[in-house]
Amino acid sequence: MVPSIARPINVVCAWLEQTSLSHTIQVMSWIIPTVQTVHILAIAAVAGSALMIDLRLIGVLAADQSPRDVSARFLPFVWWPLLVLLATGAIMIIGEPARSLKNPAFQLKMTLLVAVLVVTLLIQRLLRRDPAFGDHGRGQRRTAVAIAVLSMLLWCSIIFAGRWIAYYA
Amino acid sequence: MELDRALVWLQSTALAKTISENEILFPWIESIHVLALVLVVGTIAIVDLRLIGVASLDRAASRLMGDVLPVTWGAFVVAAISGSLLFSSNARTYAHNIFFEGKMVLLACAGLNMALFHVVGAGDIARWGATRQTPPGAKAAGAASLVVWAAVVACGRLIGFTVR
Repeated sequence: MVPSIARPINVVCAWLEQTSLSHTIQVMSWIIPTVQTVHILAIAAVAGSALMIDLRLIGVLAADQSPRDVSARFLPFVWWPLLVLLATGAIMIIGEPARSLKNPAFQLKMTLLVAVLVVTLLIQRLLRRDPAFGDHGRGQRRTAVAIAVLSMLLWCSIIFAGRWIAYYA
Repeated sequence: MELDRALVWLQSTALAKTISENEILFPWIESIHVLALVLVVGTIAIVDLRLIGVASLDRAASRLMGDVLPVTWGAFVVAAISGSLLFSSNARTYAHNIFFEGKMVLLACAGLNMALFHVVGAGDIARWGATRQTPPGAKAAGAASLVVWAAVVACGRLIGFTVR
């Protein structure tokens, strides 16, 4: 890790570890499994919804619906559960700050998260401008497929990185 | 017990031993299992919410199911295979774990619920499927599915906290 980031992370970890909230999360043994379950259910909503949008951009489903109609149905289920993911993620971080913040798998996961959010905003913007983005012509379809595949790869990697936090800890 | 002997044999097979002894194999299979189950639950929820009558209402139920369920089944096959591989690595311990047993019972419930819906409810889906109103039977099946799958995920996570 970059040394200039390592120091503030150490300070934040040391501070979080001695908060009473952190102690509560560690002492109450039901909190972490419950929060992790909610976290997985929320990522299920996000990943399932993102997949529907991506598969429509690629052109393998709902051909009778415009990509914008498909994204209008599913994008809220990408954005809103993200709040649940942030909240449950924050609880896990507060409970065991060093296990997550100093963890290379966690740091990779956060980097990938930023990337996928940018890609999702890009999809949203392209579909706002053109409801049938990807459906006209081969060149545009190729762009749409590339963006959709990137989105799917990023979500898969995020889920993988999430699981690997446990193995780097 | 007869079953225990079979389980001990299973975890002594070369494949099971490789998974339990190799440091990287178990986490990789587990990651694939998580990815697959996330897609199973996420895509089934899309159908459940349509059956309950809260989302995708402007799309015919049978159309939506035609789009979504192939993905669900594909993911389920991957989850089942990866899950079986994880199970084999420590078969006896998993089989005696209360959350693993609960998870298997819940999976059976999910299958039963689905079978019941297809036998009883799918016949008249042509009648209501294109409308925004869904019958009580479809609502019940959708709600039951959401609850059971959430419980499957909870049990799965708890296996990780109680085994090894």
